[in-house]
Amino acid sequence: MKKLIQKATTFFETPVDIRSRLVVLVAAILLVPTYFFPLWNMELYSNQFPEGLVLNIYSYKLEGGKSPYRDDLKEINSLNHYIGMRPLQEDDFTEFKWIPFVIGGVILLALRAVVLGKMSELVDLFVLFTYFGLFSLWAFYHKMYLYGHELDPTSAIKVDPFTPPIFGHMTMANFEVYSYPQLGSYFMGAMPILLLLAMWLSRRTAQKETAAR
Amino acid sequence: MKTKLFAIIALVITLVLLAGCGGEQRGRTARSDVQEAALKSYVAPGDLDEYYIFKSGGHSGQVYVYGIPSMRHISTIPVFSPYAATGYGFDKESKEMLGGFTWGDAHHPSLSETDGDYDGRWLFISDNANNRMARVDLRDFKTKQIFGPIPNVSGNHCSSFSTENTEYILAGSRFSIPLPKGSYEKIEDYATKYKGVVAGIEVNPKSGNMTLGWQVLMPPFNYDLGDAGKGPSKEWGFWTCYNSERAIGKLEVTSTQKDRDYVVAVNWKSAEKAIKDGKFRMIGGVKVIDPKQTEGVVYLMPAAKSPHGVDISPDGKYIIASGKLQSITTVFNFEKMLTAIQKKDFTGNEDGIPVLNYDAVKDAEVNVGLGPLHTQFDDKGFAYTSLFVESAVAKWKLGTWEVVDKIPVSYNIGHLTAAEGDTKNPDGKYLVALNKLSHGRHLSVGPSQPESSQLIDISGEKMGLLMDAFTEPEPHYAQIVKADKIKPIEVYPKEENKHPKAIWDIKDSKVVRNGRNVEVYMIAVRSSFTPTSVEVNKGDKVTIYMTNIEQTTDELHGLGINEYNINVVVDPGETKTIEFVADKPGVFPFYCTNFCSALHQEMQGYLLVKGGGSSVVLN
Repeated sequence: MKKLIQKATTFFETPVDIRSRLVVLVAAILLVPTYFFPLWNMELYSNQFPEGLVLNIYSYKLEGGKSPYRDDLKEINSLNHYIGMRPLQEDDFTEFKWIPFVIGGVILLALRAVVLGKMSELVDLFVLFTYFGLFSLWAFYHKMYLYGHELDPTSAIKVDPFTPPIFGHMTMANFEVYSYPQLGSYFMGAMPILLLLAMWLSRRTAQKETAAR
Repeated sequence: MKTKLFAIIALVITLVLLAGCGGEQRGRTARSDVQEAALKSYVAPGDLDEYYIFKSGGHSGQVYVYGIPSMRHISTIPVFSPYAATGYGFDKESKEMLGGFTWGDAHHPSLSETDGDYDGRWLFISDNANNRMARVDLRDFKTKQIFGPIPNVSGNHCSSFSTENTEYILAGSRFSIPLPKGSYEKIEDYATKYKGVVAGIEVNPKSGNMTLGWQVLMPPFNYDLGDAGKGPSKEWGFWTCYNSERAIGKLEVTSTQKDRDYVVAVNWKSAEKAIKDGKFRMIGGVKVIDPKQTEGVVYLMPAAKSPHGVDISPDGKYIIASGKLQSITTVFNFEKMLTAIQKKDFTGNEDGIPVLNYDAVKDAEVNVGLGPLHTQFDDKGFAYTSLFVESAVAKWKLGTWEVVDKIPVSYNIGHLTAAEGDTKNPDGKYLVALNKLSHGRHLSVGPSQPESSQLIDISGEKMGLLMDAFTEPEPHYAQIVKADKIKPIEVYPKEENKHPKAIWDIKDSKVVRNGRNVEVYMIAVRSSFTPTSVEVNKGDKVTIYMTNIEQTTDELHGLGINEYNINVVVDPGETKTIEFVADKPGVFPFYCTNFCSALHQEMQGYLLVKGGGSSVVLN
């Protein structure tokens, strides 16, 4: 037991080598595009909409597909009001306020780790980011759950409460709905993987140095 | 006995054969190779046509839009007559545009041009009945302006033809009258006291807005058709006329005595200059150039008997007039016309207008066939002339004047129109024969018969009939334009809605009462009107501003009010004004007339007009 704690302490105290610092820097830089690319995308197809109604979810906004003939967000809301679903509105998503802020914080913490270069900082970052990612996913799921369950009882068309799909395909009334993560999420997903890589690289360097001594 | 039997058998066989031959020759109606025609004209479900055709709707007052080659009817654009299907003529805006008239005789459509080619911006169309000119905006396929009745113009038939850059749309009088309008002269004084005019309606190059332009005072002939010059002749406008006899009574006889009538040639640059230099008379409140006082604006060219159509070749060199009562089409050479004018090679004058020497300006008399009316062009130097009496289209070569092919049509063709066939760069490919009589070519629909339109393939050496289609009365001229030149919107963007009373949030809908005036700010969106009920007093003047706040294609809503003779259809993003006096007491349902959604039937409300007492229905 004592040995294990000692081993852990040694590990946490392991300095982060240059290569790993570069990897963490890359991970930090890769978070920047999450401000420009959508995190998630939903597409709704039916006979009337063969080209699909598109909904893109960014870290800070909700945007429907737009063409001169249609505003998809407005259209989705027009259709949803028949089943008593309240309109999807940006104001309704507090996530849009805190997610960009948290991502900014993570970038700053990553840069701090690059400069100070201690393994414990990488571990902190990894745990924090994983928690943040899972919480965001849950928040997204929960939001979808609420939209699909808090239906206006006076609506024209009664449907059983449901949760719109988060990942994958679902048939909802006359619509085929597809929901998948987008580029922004992939960039975010790169963060923990790169952090693990950085940790592994530095640990290997440290082990080699110990063996050489 | 045996020989006799053989003789009888032989005779029977001969008779049967003869009858068979007769059967083959009888009825020279247009037929086509079924497979070839089907392949060339079939547009599969979901596929789009290659061309638009805009057909005038004649005395229906409207414009009909079809696709080519499918010949499928796509849309009706109401122009001169109210049209409940789109609510045209029911709202304040379109009512004002119609100016109290409930019909017009939509004659010749003309697409706007840039450098002699269709630019897909506007469609102009003349009204032969009430002397007006309309402009349809092809961005939304809606009538935007109806100009007129045009002063001094009486029977605006020789119209509308666009100049090379849509500087002007040609107009003129089919029926000469005493001028200004409102004056009286005895019909016996027709030859001297009645007058016609030819005119150029000026078009604003940015907005398309039409204003008067110029007018030229003309002898009392009947100005029939026209065309604007192009290329070398771009500064000229041409018209045909019949009744140069200045006859009255039964024109069928009285106006057909002379062997030649005229083609009128107006240099519109000179007309512009004359107006600028103050060389005009004020007649009917507008500036009119009198050829007796101002030289160099207008000339006459003698043309074969009662010419109907005049068409300018794509290169602008030839002026082609078809004498409907002879079998020839006369080709004038524009260069020779200029030379004759320069040399003053005149053979007379009509009310001060010089008549050019026929032999000096004519290039050819093409023997096209009986009753030639109109000519169109292709991309290979051929001209196509419609033959009314012969029920055929003749194909002939410009320059050699040789007739190379003829195809029968069913029946009695009037106008014809080829793909971009009156521009500087015709496409060839398709030609549509706009026939006057259709009998026997369709399922019978009783005495009131549709007109027939036939699609003809002109891509090859021989013309080939592809398809019969039918239209409501009555396509005169038509325009065929490549589909990609027209880019319509399908939703009015919210930002573009400049109606001062438009509202976009259901919370803003309201009823404002000001004395006897009641203003209703109404919203239509799937699937309700807000407010759902409107209460007024009998005799109130009610104004409804209805905004359709949808931004989705094809989500139209209509407001129909029972027994109030009101139906207004509002497109996505549009606001319309509905004005009426609530003169009938009672409770009147209103409802959405244009199917919109699964709950369309529920999209309804009530107009409650107080002042008629309470109900007498007993419990």
